[in-house]
Amino acid sequence: MNDMRVSESAVGAQDVKISARKVQVFYGENHAIKDVDVEILDRTVTAFIGPSGCGKSTFLRCLNRMNDTIPICRVEGDIMLDGEDIYDRRVDPVQLRAKVGMVFQKPNPFPKSIYDNVAYGPRIHGLTRNKAELDEVVEQSLRRAALWNEVKDRLHAPGTGLSGGQQQRLCIARAVATSPEVLLMDEPCSALDPIATAQVEELIDELRANFSVVIVTHSMQQAARVSQKTAFFHLGNLVEYGETGDIFTRPQDPRTESYISGRIG
Amino acid sequence: MTAPRRSLLAPDPRTIARNRAEARFRAYGLGAVGVALVALAVLLLSIFGNGSSAFYQTYLEVPVMLPEKSLDKSGTRDIEVMKKVTTVGYAKVLKTALDEAIEANGIIVEGLGKKDVGNMISDEAAAQLRNMVLADPTLVGQTIAFEMLANGRIDGYYKGRVTRESAALDSNVSPAQLDLADALAEKGLLATRFNLDFITAPDASDQRPEAAGLGVAILGSFYMMIVVLALSLPIGVATAVYLEEFAVKNRFTDVIEVNISNLAAVPSIVFGILGLAIFINFAHLPQSAPIVGGLVLTLMTLPRIIIPARAALKAVPPSIRDAALGVGASRMQSVFHHVLPLAAPGILTGMIIGLAQALGETAPLLLIGMVAFVRDYPGGLFDPATALPVQVYNWTQRADPAFVERASGAIIVLLIFLLIMNTAAIVLRRRFERRW
Repeated sequence: MNDMRVSESAVGAQDVKISARKVQVFYGENHAIKDVDVEILDRTVTAFIGPSGCGKSTFLRCLNRMNDTIPICRVEGDIMLDGEDIYDRRVDPVQLRAKVGMVFQKPNPFPKSIYDNVAYGPRIHGLTRNKAELDEVVEQSLRRAALWNEVKDRLHAPGTGLSGGQQQRLCIARAVATSPEVLLMDEPCSALDPIATAQVEELIDELRANFSVVIVTHSMQQAARVSQKTAFFHLGNLVEYGETGDIFTRPQDPRTESYISGRIG
Repeated sequence: MTAPRRSLLAPDPRTIARNRAEARFRAYGLGAVGVALVALAVLLLSIFGNGSSAFYQTYLEVPVMLPEKSLDKSGTRDIEVMKKVTTVGYAKVLKTALDEAIEANGIIVEGLGKKDVGNMISDEAAAQLRNMVLADPTLVGQTIAFEMLANGRIDGYYKGRVTRESAALDSNVSPAQLDLADALAEKGLLATRFNLDFITAPDASDQRPEAAGLGVAILGSFYMMIVVLALSLPIGVATAVYLEEFAVKNRFTDVIEVNISNLAAVPSIVFGILGLAIFINFAHLPQSAPIVGGLVLTLMTLPRIIIPARAALKAVPPSIRDAALGVGASRMQSVFHHVLPLAAPGILTGMIIGLAQALGETAPLLLIGMVAFVRDYPGGLFDPATALPVQVYNWTQRADPAFVERASGAIIVLLIFLLIMNTAAIVLRRRFERRW
């Protein structure tokens, strides 16, 4: 575990962006998430780690109500975004998802041009008034996703023709284009090679300047490299949540220690 | 106990047996493909062998003098007056013209009465001449070059259907008539040439196979396909999209799903009975009309469109839906912007195959009266018409062997339409896929 250099950047006194209280998730009879309390800070990278099937992805998908698409899934408890309950009956998940963007495990660009991929979100939300504005949003998003220089000459080539790492950065650009406040990333690097992974990780660190980023990852090294806060999930419970440095160097819970030292998971 | 080491150069008995089994299986597969190909070849050969001659027809080409004396006694060229002259009058004109042409060319007629010579002309020719004259009364008094249809038996002689031996036994044609036909052909007065009328002309009665055409049937089928396309595409795609993308999965949707599969397996004649009961007996739509045929075929085609459309929608990777929802698209936006365009090639292929099946369907149309003898071109969806496959069925019921040729010819036309539709399916599919 020599390469586990913990990010030095200290977490300042940031505002709480998302706060979850006593969140329970059920898949039919299966109690997948039990009593999770967590506060996610603004302009911070928060990593969810834990063994497979521990519920970290499930919990992530609660944050922008992607679980709504699964009929048997039921969520209880409160999840507040800037003090507003996102599971309130008056909340339209479509609006929520514009504020809480998501990047998935497998790069999933639309089978359209690179430009159309990025422009899709702004278009459906009516964020731009004319073509020039849209062009600007597309360029800015691609720049933020560190992809602009690679694709600026072929914006109208299909997005599916890019390499895996480029596709994932395109998906990040697409998510960024709707100017979300929170960016959820579900194992964004698991389908990428080490070089592409390094690029995406660097990108995540830059995104922190503008967004609150929540990343689910299998790789503890990755969590240590990119995040300031880390939450360790085990069997549907949030076992430990704290500063990334503390979690990896001074875990409070024996289960956390076992996991980061490789004995469980 | 360890077995002695076997050389890799000599295969062991198990390997030999396994390889044999595989070789046998390949042989079975090859055999199955071979049987299918042979069957297809036999089918095509027999249809084209029987049917290609339907596209050719034997005509008598003689100058015809249209005498004012018998065709327009009043001399006013008034259509109403001229209409009083029936086809019998025109038949006489044609017979005279043929007799004169025989005489003028110095052909000696042996063993034939005057009537026998005239019988070589199709009854339809007089009707055609009458229509021609009524359409252009100025022709009266002139001598025109007119191509008269030869009698079906004479036509059959040039297509190998009638021989001198068979003619000797046939009361409708005699060997002497065939001799005369040969003599006429030698002088260039009788010729077999391409027969566009087979595609455009309406059906003809039992006695006039030489005049029977597919015009009404093609038009009827065309109208029905328009009805089927206009109804089953939107209904079928909307059903598939709703069931696949929006409907909650519960017992009710399960029942619907099972029923759609069952409907696809219902024999088509049952849809005919349904159409008869609902569209004709209850809704009082006209019998034999393409609108009813189209509605019945729509009912029959719908499940066959919905099932492949659902399969095509299901084949769109869920990650695309996630991606769309993830950037804040609504359900409907994710379906219409992303899922449906990706499923379009599959939906389109299913659609065209469904249409092709509908085009070839006969049984339900028999029950709603589309088997009727229709000589007037349908002007719209509510006029009586027939359909291509029904015309084939109809012609195979007729006694005159000339109709067998007509039926095979109609099958060729039907196959060509199906081929065009399938090609369209492939081309559209390619075009849609190229966009991505």
